[in-house]
Amino acid sequence: MAQPNVVARKKKPLGKRIWEELRKNWGLYLLVSVPVLYLIIFKYWPMYGVQIAFRDYKVVRTIWESPWVGLKYIRKFIEYRKFWELIRNTFLISFYSLCTFPAPIVLALLLNYMPNQKFKKAVQMISYAPHFISTVVMVGILLQFLDTRSGLINVVIQAAGGKAINFMAKPQYFRTIYVLSGLWQGVGYSSIIYISALSGVSPELHEAAIVDGANILKRIWHIDLPTILPTVAILLIMNCGSMLSVGYEKIYLMQNSLNNKVSEVISTYTYKQGLASDTPQYSYGAAIGLFISFINVIMLLIVNKITGKLSGSSLF
Amino acid sequence: MKTKDITVKKGHPIKHTLSDKIFLTINWIVLTLFLIVIAYPLIFVITASFSSGTSIMSLSLLPQNPSLTGYETVFKYKDIWTGYGNSLIYMVCGTVVSLIVTTMCAYPLSRPDFKGRGPIMVMCMVTMYFSGGLIPTYLTIRELGLLQTRWSVILPGAMSVYNMIVMRTYMRNSIPLELLECSQLDGCGNIRYLMSIVLPLSGPIMAVIGLYYAVGHWNAYFDAMIYLSGSRKLYPLSLILREILVQNDANIDNLDIESLMALEERRNVMKYAVIVVSCLPVMILYPFVQKYFVKGVMIGAVKG
Repeated sequence: MAQPNVVARKKKPLGKRIWEELRKNWGLYLLVSVPVLYLIIFKYWPMYGVQIAFRDYKVVRTIWESPWVGLKYIRKFIEYRKFWELIRNTFLISFYSLCTFPAPIVLALLLNYMPNQKFKKAVQMISYAPHFISTVVMVGILLQFLDTRSGLINVVIQAAGGKAINFMAKPQYFRTIYVLSGLWQGVGYSSIIYISALSGVSPELHEAAIVDGANILKRIWHIDLPTILPTVAILLIMNCGSMLSVGYEKIYLMQNSLNNKVSEVISTYTYKQGLASDTPQYSYGAAIGLFISFINVIMLLIVNKITGKLSGSSLF
Repeated sequence: MKTKDITVKKGHPIKHTLSDKIFLTINWIVLTLFLIVIAYPLIFVITASFSSGTSIMSLSLLPQNPSLTGYETVFKYKDIWTGYGNSLIYMVCGTVVSLIVTTMCAYPLSRPDFKGRGPIMVMCMVTMYFSGGLIPTYLTIRELGLLQTRWSVILPGAMSVYNMIVMRTYMRNSIPLELLECSQLDGCGNIRYLMSIVLPLSGPIMAVIGLYYAVGHWNAYFDAMIYLSGSRKLYPLSLILREILVQNDANIDNLDIESLMALEERRNVMKYAVIVVSCLPVMILYPFVQKYFVKGVMIGAVKG
C-alpha cells in the first residue's frame, strides 16, 4: 500500500529497500494485513459509498448505474419543513449534555480531598457501576421509574400530596430526563480520567501551599485546576466535535409519538427515512449523514482553534 | 493515588483551618448524598425484582412479601433464553475476534523498527474522525451478503481504533526494547516474539480491552436491530429486552392469570427481574477487572 512512500524518502535504491524491509519484517506485514483489510472493507468501502448522496440510488440498480443528481438530496434536507426543528432539537440535547461536564471534575476533586480512603474506594466502585448498564436496560429502568401508576418518582410525588405526572408524554421533560439519566450513568466513570490527572499533581506543590497558609479551596483553584485544564480542554474539544451526532441509540428508545416534537434528532430522522421506512430512501439518508459529518468537522475545527487560543492546548 | 491525602496524614504538623474543616464536612455530606443517589436506584431494582406485584409501589429497599414470581415469569419466557444464548455467542465470539484483530494491528504499530507504521497509523486515525455513516455502512453489509447472519453483528465492530491505540501505547511503553533486541539476536522471528514475549506481558491490557469489547457486545442493540431485522431467532437479548421494557410487548398472556390488574403487576415485577437477569454477566465480570479500569483509562488519556 503506502509503505513505498516511506521507504522512498531514503536515498538508496527503492526496490532494494522495500525488499529488505519486507524480508526482515514480513511477519509484521502479514499480521497488519488483517486489520488493514478490515478497515478497507468496513470503514473505507462505506466512505466510498457515500457518493450515493449525490446519486439517485435505488435498490434495483448498482451505485454506478445510478445517475448523478448533484446536491438534490442535500437541498431536499435543508428545505425539509422541520429542518430547523431537527437542528434545534439535536443542538439543545447536545448542549445540555455538554453543560454537565463540570460534574465529573467536581466529583474527582471531592474524592481527591476525601480523607477516608475506604469510603473513597466505595464511592468510586459504586459510581462506576451504572456505566455498564446497557442503553436498553437504562431506558427500561427510566420507563419503570417514571411510570404514571407504579413508578418510583410518581409514588414519591403522590406521597407528598402532588399529582402523578406522565413524564414520558410531556415534551418539556424529555431533555431533562435524557441529560439527568446520562449524568447518573456516566458521572462516576468520566471522573476516572480526572482522578488520575489529579494524582499526578506533585505533593510538594501542596505542601508549599499549606506552609504559605493556603486552604483547600485555594489549593484547588491554584494547583489542581490548572493541572487538569489540558485534559478538560481536550475532552471538551472531542465532545464538541460530535455535537450533531448525539446518542441516538438512547434517544430512539426514549421516543414516543407524544414527545416526538423535541425528541426527534437528526440521526433518528436519518434512520427512519433511510432504513426503517417501508420505502427506504438510501440516497436521502446518506446525504443527511454526510451533512452531519461536514458540520461536525467544522465544529471540531472551530472549537479546537478557540481552546487553543484560550488554554494553549489543542487536539491538532 | 495513595499519596494524595497530605491534608490528613496522622500527626501532620499543620492543623486544619476553619475553612478546611467546613470544606471537609461539606465534602462528607455531598459524597454521602451522591452515594445514595447512585446506589438507591440500583438496589431498588434488585428489591423490586424480588417483590410480589403490589409492593413495587413502596420505597423501601427491603422487599415486602418477597416472592420469586418475577423470576418465574422470566424463566418461562422462552425468547429471553434464546436471546441470552445469542448474546453470549456474540459476546464471546465478538470479543475473541476483536482481541485478535486489535492485537494484530497494535503489535506491529508498537514496534519502532516497523517502517509501515506511519501510513497505517494515519489510515486508522482517519476512521476516528470520518465515517461513511449509517446508510452506506448498511449497504456495504448488504453487498457483502452479511445481512441476517451472525457475522453482521460480530464483524463490523471488530476493531475499535481507540482501543487499538490504547493497546499499542501499552505495548510500546511497558515492554522494554532490550527484550526485542535480545530475542532478535537469538534468532526469534517477529511472530514468535509476539507469541512468547509480547502476549504474556500484555495480560492487564488484554483484560481491560477485552472487558471493553465484551461489555460493548453485550449491551449493543442498534447494529443487531438494523442488520438482523426479520430473523428473530438470531436476536440478541438486548432486542428482546427492547420489546419487553420499551415497547411493553411482553407476551405472558398464556400464563393463566386471573385479572388484568394482576397481569399488569406481574408484568411490572417481571420487568425488574429481567433487568437484573440481563445485567448478571457484566456484574460477574465487573469485580475481576475493576482494578484495571483506572489503568486502561489512564493509558487512553496519554494516547497519541
